[in-house]
Amino acid sequence: MSRESALVSADWVEEHKNDAGVVLIEVDEDVSAYDAGHIAGAIKIDWQDDLQDPVRRDFVSKEQFEALLSDRGVKNDDTVVLYGGNNNWFAAYAYWYFKLYGHGDVRLLDGGRKRWELDSRELTDEVVKREATEYSAQPQNLEIRAFRDEVKDAIGVKNLVDVRSPDEYAGRLLAPAHLPQEQAQRAGHIPTAASIPWSKAANDDGTFRADDELKTLYADAGVDFGKDTIAYCRIGERSAHTWFVLHEILGQANVKNYDGSWTEWGSLVGVPVALGDEPGKA
Amino acid sequence: MCGAKQGGLDLKGVDVDKEAVIQGQVLRGEEPVGGAYVRLLDSTGEFTAEVPTSATGHFRFFAAPGSWTLRTLAPKADPVDRQVVAQYGEVAEVAVTV
Repeated sequence: MSRESALVSADWVEEHKNDAGVVLIEVDEDVSAYDAGHIAGAIKIDWQDDLQDPVRRDFVSKEQFEALLSDRGVKNDDTVVLYGGNNNWFAAYAYWYFKLYGHGDVRLLDGGRKRWELDSRELTDEVVKREATEYSAQPQNLEIRAFRDEVKDAIGVKNLVDVRSPDEYAGRLLAPAHLPQEQAQRAGHIPTAASIPWSKAANDDGTFRADDELKTLYADAGVDFGKDTIAYCRIGERSAHTWFVLHEILGQANVKNYDGSWTEWGSLVGVPVALGDEPGKA
Repeated sequence: MCGAKQGGLDLKGVDVDKEAVIQGQVLRGEEPVGGAYVRLLDSTGEFTAEVPTSATGHFRFFAAPGSWTLRTLAPKADPVDRQVVAQYGEVAEVAVTV
């Protein structure tokens, strides 16, 4: 993978949004954002209602994902272009999710909804309905998804990258500061994890930094590119953004997103937790 | 910047004793700016959170006590930085003009 195969620009979207075989999909944390205005032709996926199992804490099954994309009118050979608010956090999460279920051609709009709005590009509230398809997904590709036991075994062995804000890493906040803070779990981070906030990989307008800046960022923060890497955050969406940077833009092999992330780790009995600004010991 | 209740966001359902709330409104002249982006930066300048403003130009953060910077990005305007101090039990109200 590379920047060229994984990212598209706003100009590219303007030019290709009506092409047959290109499907624009908006994915937001604030699921009402799409209804107020979206890029012409874009459909919506709700990261919660559409992508999470309604009962257990896990993803929808392969069959449910197939039913979702068939209903929304996505074909297996379509170029899926994802974008959204929050600097593409949830769009990057959906990108990773599409890859998890084996979709071939997925792209992310660089800068997402924010860059689009700051450029005063057009948004519409026109309802989009695509003709239903028969989508067929692959079994989950677990080479890009990490579970808690693997994360525990990775302490002191693999690169662990905590991509939350410095205050969440240190334990001074439990959630991003646009959300209420009261939570059941303990604050802190996984011992040995490097603190590399997702935001360091992006410019203020939400576009990704240049490849050489990104490489320097992770190398200077202690990521050994010769080792496997697991990224995590609070619920796995910001770490999908970092997974995208490492795996898709920089082309690093063996990068996983731990979607259980802090809301799982910080609630587990019997696992180590480090407090403060230092990584802590294995 | 504090205590400007008029036109401020409703705090119903927010436990201000447990949350260090920073909120306010983005204006261009007298007009509210919806769809602007307000970034909350910590005392080292590192990004902590970001919200788009509502149609009425309003925004809100649940910060930790301490010093913060609000960086506002809006279409056709230069970024604007404003310093703010947050603490439990008090709502820091900030009006940002772009």
